[in-house]
Amino acid sequence: MIVDVAIVALKAFLVVFMVLNLAGILGWVERKGSALIQDRIGANRASILGFAGMGLVNTLIADPLKFLTKEDFVPPAGDKLLHTLAPCMALFPALVTFAAIPFGDVITLGERVINLQVANLNVGILYVFAMGSLGVYGIVIGAWASNNKFSLLGGVRGSAQMISYEVAMGLSAMGVLMVYGSLDLQEIARDQGALISTLLPPALGFLQPVIGWLPAWGVFLQPLAFLLFFTAAVAETKRIPFDLPEGESELVAGYHVEYSGGKFLMFFAGEFAEVVTAAGVVVTLFFGGWQVPYLMRDGFHFPWGSVWLLPQITVVILQLIAFTVKVLFFCWLQILLRWSVPRFRYDQVMRLGWKMMLPLALLNVVVTAVVIIAAQ
Amino acid sequence: MMPLNYYLILSAVVFAIGVVGVLIRRNLIVVLMSIELMLNAVNLTFIAFSRYLGSMVGQVAVFFVMAVAAAEAVVGLAIIISVFRQRQSLDPQDMQILKW
Amino acid sequence: MDLSTLIFFLLAGLLVISSLLVVFLRDVVHCALALVAALLIIAIFFVSLHAPMVGILQIMVYAGAVMVLFLFVIMFLNPTVLERPRALWWSAAGILALLLGGLLVPLFFNHEPPGDPVASTELFGSPEMLAKSLFGDFVLPFEIASVLLLVAIVGAVVLGKRERSAP
Repeated sequence: MIVDVAIVALKAFLVVFMVLNLAGILGWVERKGSALIQDRIGANRASILGFAGMGLVNTLIADPLKFLTKEDFVPPAGDKLLHTLAPCMALFPALVTFAAIPFGDVITLGERVINLQVANLNVGILYVFAMGSLGVYGIVIGAWASNNKFSLLGGVRGSAQMISYEVAMGLSAMGVLMVYGSLDLQEIARDQGALISTLLPPALGFLQPVIGWLPAWGVFLQPLAFLLFFTAAVAETKRIPFDLPEGESELVAGYHVEYSGGKFLMFFAGEFAEVVTAAGVVVTLFFGGWQVPYLMRDGFHFPWGSVWLLPQITVVILQLIAFTVKVLFFCWLQILLRWSVPRFRYDQVMRLGWKMMLPLALLNVVVTAVVIIAAQ
Repeated sequence: MMPLNYYLILSAVVFAIGVVGVLIRRNLIVVLMSIELMLNAVNLTFIAFSRYLGSMVGQVAVFFVMAVAAAEAVVGLAIIISVFRQRQSLDPQDMQILKW
Repeated sequence: MDLSTLIFFLLAGLLVISSLLVVFLRDVVHCALALVAALLIIAIFFVSLHAPMVGILQIMVYAGAVMVLFLFVIMFLNPTVLERPRALWWSAAGILALLLGGLLVPLFFNHEPPGDPVASTELFGSPEMLAKSLFGDFVLPFEIASVLLLVAIVGAVVLGKRERSAP
């Protein structure tokens, strides 16, 4: 019993550690990456003994030190308790969501089979959405506690945007759930290891040589759902092009304008942790999670017949690396998106969420249902 | 797993607190929140019984109670907004026009 | 006293404290947050009682959507008037609460050995079982509930519209 608890605690610690570190590193990637995109140098003034490390020292050492040593200022008429509580409520769901995301297949140590997922919930994907819904509170309470009209405006906009895109996100994920037949994220990741040829109905047998050799990843089976889900996830994290709640050129800093020091660092880290979480969920649902194409538990099984057996530890390491690479790719994609696309106006955001994405997601569900029934 | 009585006692205590909230608070929004508290206490009873009798009917009942409570909260809040626009007050004591 | 009993009493205590905070705090936003805490604790109880689907739905629907709506309305209306509770109501409410609590007294004196919960399969409370019940035995209430939600949406939109002054 104690060993079970220790294993789960170790997994949880590793996941939180990795997410927080990745959030910090993404801060640096954003600053340096945006500098490269905009043909400038970026932050490189802070240095230790002359070593500035492409802005690493500045972003990873100087900035946190600056944030943590700033004065903690609560607006005089603001609510002190809520002002302190809001950043915690913004950071908590972003970290906790990663508990349901599988980062590898099982490790078999002797007779103990360890599932590489912190919490194996049979309602995995719903847990992710539930924690996403809880993320709204950080914004709402943060805006209210600042006693500032611009803050309140940013907060109300932000929460309205978040709850609108939760609906689109849930419906677009429903197509994926129908295809894989389970709410458990580890099951969905495992089911994406099969080849499409095993899923094709006899009526579509002519497609066999065209796509039958691809692994059954969600992006091949549900491309529209992938586009909708990714857009909705970016809107949930309130990044550009959906960042009117922060509105750097309009609302100063929106709902976190009255926060400084450690509290702002928590909002900031929470936003990057949400980027990592969104990337993690997209990878698990649509890109096979930890699956390397054609890699089964004992080695590679290529579709043209040859088999390459590998020891278990190599397989596990390959899967972990695959998961990390995919998550990093989607984090990078979101950062690239931020610096390439202009910001949506607020009525455009709302129209996109309710009038375009919701009907498309419903259409996707109907078409998927028709195809699944026709294939039986 | 705790004996059933403990869950029932807990649920009854929360329900009683909700009733007290409805009676003594003079802010319509807090009254509505106390009603939600009462509904949740009843949900807890349903789920406890569903577990102890091994029947899924309790969970289905909770599903419907949740849907109805969400609908009721939405309409209740819309009514509160209209009343506030008319009377500029959220105090139930100020809304006595219909009293005979 | 083993771990699960300890956790039950801890959570039960927190739930009662949150409910008391909902009823007795002055600031409406604090009351709303206390209610969110109470809803989350109840969701934990649901999950521990083998109802994971309903527990997650509680978080998604109740704590995630209904309470956000409450907070919206509170921020929109911005009530700043402090209430003056009347002594008569306090005593009436207190008596009623004691009466309700009095109904619990037989439970305390119930000395029959507590029955064990009926042995349940692994699927009890899972999404499959809930869906089978919902779309099997209870499909008519399900459809009526969806009509009810539609009516509620239409009603809320109509009630919330501002009166346009005549041009």
